[in-house]
Amino acid sequence: MSWRSKSAAVCLKDLRLEFRMRYAYSALIMFAVTTLVAISFTLAGGLVEADIAASLLWVIFFFSAMTGVSRSFVQEEETGTSIGLKMAADPAPVFLGKFLFNAALLLSMAMLVVPLYLLLFNLAVVHVGGFLVTIFLGLVGLASAGTILSAIAAQSAVKGSLLTVLSLPILLPLLITATNATRTALYGGHLAGIMTDIAMLIFYNGTVLAASLLLFEYVWNE
Amino acid sequence: MTAIIAASFLYVPAIPGFGATGETARLIIYHVPTAWVAVLAYLMATVYSVGYLLTRDARRDRQAVANAELGTVFCLLATVTGAIWSRAAWGMYWNWDPRQTSIAVLLMIYAAYFVLRSSIGCADRRARLSAVYAILAFTTVPFLVFVVPRVFPSLHPNLGAGSERVSAMSPEVWVVFLASLVCFTVLYLWLQNIQVRLQDLQAKRLLRSVD
Amino acid sequence: MVNRIEVRGLGKAYHNRWLFRALDLTIADNSVLVVQGPNGAGKTTFLSIMCGLVAASSGGISIVLEGRQLSQGERRRQLGLVSPELKLYDGLSAVENLEFFSTVRGLPFSLPRARELLALVGLGTRGRDFVGNFSSGMKQRLKYATALWHHPHILVLDEPTSHLDEKGAQLVEQIIYEQRGRGIVVLATNEPREVKFGDQAIVLA
Repeated sequence: MSWRSKSAAVCLKDLRLEFRMRYAYSALIMFAVTTLVAISFTLAGGLVEADIAASLLWVIFFFSAMTGVSRSFVQEEETGTSIGLKMAADPAPVFLGKFLFNAALLLSMAMLVVPLYLLLFNLAVVHVGGFLVTIFLGLVGLASAGTILSAIAAQSAVKGSLLTVLSLPILLPLLITATNATRTALYGGHLAGIMTDIAMLIFYNGTVLAASLLLFEYVWNE
Repeated sequence: MTAIIAASFLYVPAIPGFGATGETARLIIYHVPTAWVAVLAYLMATVYSVGYLLTRDARRDRQAVANAELGTVFCLLATVTGAIWSRAAWGMYWNWDPRQTSIAVLLMIYAAYFVLRSSIGCADRRARLSAVYAILAFTTVPFLVFVVPRVFPSLHPNLGAGSERVSAMSPEVWVVFLASLVCFTVLYLWLQNIQVRLQDLQAKRLLRSVD
Repeated sequence: MVNRIEVRGLGKAYHNRWLFRALDLTIADNSVLVVQGPNGAGKTTFLSIMCGLVAASSGGISIVLEGRQLSQGERRRQLGLVSPELKLYDGLSAVENLEFFSTVRGLPFSLPRARELLALVGLGTRGRDFVGNFSSGMKQRLKYATALWHHPHILVLDEPTSHLDEKGAQLVEQIIYEQRGRGIVVLATNEPREVKFGDQAIVLA
């Protein structure tokens, strides 16, 4: 049996558990929605400028991702199931499975949050395709870096808060590019600009995924 | 080193057009080398991190940490001198110009590296995980170089492409500048050497106390 | 000997204190090693090093099967661990746990086999129940099922009969006896009844 089915097993196991307990998903949604609403309220109906709207979205995504993504490894450590997993699974499928799970988690969170965001801030999207692709790639990137970093953080004493500190420097190129592309997609502007940003996002995701795959076994095995 | 410091004040004439007296332009002799060393140190730290993961030799970890510590110091210096320069030349301390952003991110990486290290008690695990982090962060640094200039407007003078300021640097300035570059590099290597030897001794003392 | 476990110069130090040092022994095929010692002596650590979960400070343990030393990946294939620290997924049923561990190992899962194994460990009727609702004794039994699923050559048992009643203890004895015929058993315990199983014993102090 190949990597694919093993990774699928890990991903499905996490999805199944998540579906039944809904720990991560609830926390994620709660966080994102609360933040959105809080910002909207405090603006008191005022308009949001072009630049700010785009970066708001990605700031919310970033911090939501920090909340949601950390669960996958921290939970295994805290409930003691990581030992059984280490005895049974090779590192690569564990990473891929958890990455896919986290990506699915973030994407499903976005399906709720993005419409709400557009609604609350009264935004109309000019380049819809570019907008959606950017969000997809950006969240996938958050998931990939977030997965390996949460595996690292899960082995530390502090766990949760460490993840944010570790993630920000690494995710900055992604956040900057995604915000830029979102800004263009929301307010019009050259499509070529978005294409370059998307290309950058694809490169970034590819690099981080490849590096994570190579490095993960050093995080997983003693 | 002393010669460099002395020369930068006595030998080099003031460059016109910089601040009130042009004196602050001397800062470039310090600023650029510290930034250069900060990056070099990170590169070395990454190399030693890879070495650690491959050999699991504790000495490699010590070398990585020594480089990271020095890198952090030089990075701080670079950020501060950069901010001072920025104030003198363009009126504000900080404005997210691409180079400033990049050096700030480097500083963040260093900081995260040490926060990670301080949160893990077990020595082997600490070395292993911080090595992974250093390498992972390193792979994203090239993206910064490409992404940031595209998106952020730049105030930084570019070395090379016909910048007037560069050609305004008289030969004396060039000599001192390049000498400073070399000198800072040497200083860094020397300090690194001492750090590593110090940590080697500390490690030996620890081992002896265990027996 | 074609199949054996070799311990050479094994030592482990935690925070400047050596737990054990310069441990040397060979465990032959078709034998049982009993590891004894007071609490905190390092029995669990020793077993963890054998399973590849913890790194040794000096020396090492090599597992040789068919004349070849096993890599870390191959160890996973040939080792089955039952330990108080190893927990199963509370949110999944017993069958789902078995299915997961089977698939993630790259082995085909068969429901009939799962039922058979569960019946063997005395959980025949509880396959569809969530492990979170199991008693500690039932969880322990399920751990044996997951440890035996992939027919490992080596069974590593840390406190084999913890949480088990008399019938459970008998089950464990049966399992150890059968595994001894097929391969190797390494167990850490202070229970006199289990100690007598050992062909070989070491005491960590």
